[in-house]
Amino acid sequence: MLETFLFFVFAVLSVVGALGMLISRSPVAAALWMVQVMLAIACLYLTLNAAFIGVVQVLVYAGAIMVLFLFVIMLLNLEDMPSVGGIDWRKVVAGVLGVAVLAQLLALVVVRFGAIPDAPSAEEAVAATDVPYLGVALLTEHAFTLQIVGVLLLAATIGAVVLAKKRFV
Amino acid sequence: MDLTWYLALSAVLFSIGVLGVLLRRNAIIVFLSIELMLNAVNLSLVGFSQGFGDVHGQILVFFVMSVAAAEAAVGLAIVIAMFRNTLTLNIDEINLFRG
Repeated sequence: MLETFLFFVFAVLSVVGALGMLISRSPVAAALWMVQVMLAIACLYLTLNAAFIGVVQVLVYAGAIMVLFLFVIMLLNLEDMPSVGGIDWRKVVAGVLGVAVLAQLLALVVVRFGAIPDAPSAEEAVAATDVPYLGVALLTEHAFTLQIVGVLLLAATIGAVVLAKKRFV
Repeated sequence: MDLTWYLALSAVLFSIGVLGVLLRRNAIIVFLSIELMLNAVNLSLVGFSQGFGDVHGQILVFFVMSVAAAEAAVGLAIVIAMFRNTLTLNIDEINLFRG
């Protein structure tokens, strides 16, 4: 009962935040709406008993990535965007495409997605995806991928410095 | 809590991200919408991980987050370089490759 209540609270918070990001005129406001979405999704991870992923979500997304966004927005000193103009054919096409994507995904999820064959009980699922198992799988089975991610992050850091340097182009 | 609700929420958030990419003309908002889509997919992956009792869904989420961090760093650096050269973030006015 409590789980259901928490799910709907955080689901509403995340959807409201996403819509606020979609319609906000100022980039700073959009980034702050996005922080709300990230935090709501982190709480949803906690309702799914994925504590590690929830903490990483707060640290990496709400902490690091959104602060990076805010830094860049304030560095560029952008003015507010002009108010959304009238409806032209491009917005109509975009709206139709977005609604089509939503309809397809919901049809897939609600209509076609049946029960999972021999699904484990909730207690079994919580036990099987506990943090120690996550760590063991990450550092044994996926150790090589973890190394590659390290190299990727190093390359991204160097690339970001080179791209943002003055007189690059 | 039924897994279907989590998947439906993930679909709604993903669609809002798609609408953001299609409707908005500001490069930073488009970028934020892409992050929203990544988050929506992560939510469905964690949901499946719980539904199947399999830890690999959460490991995939971990790697998606790492790649998203790298992508945000490089993408924002591109935004800075773009703004320095054209003094705009409107993606309609950035048409260097248009013949």
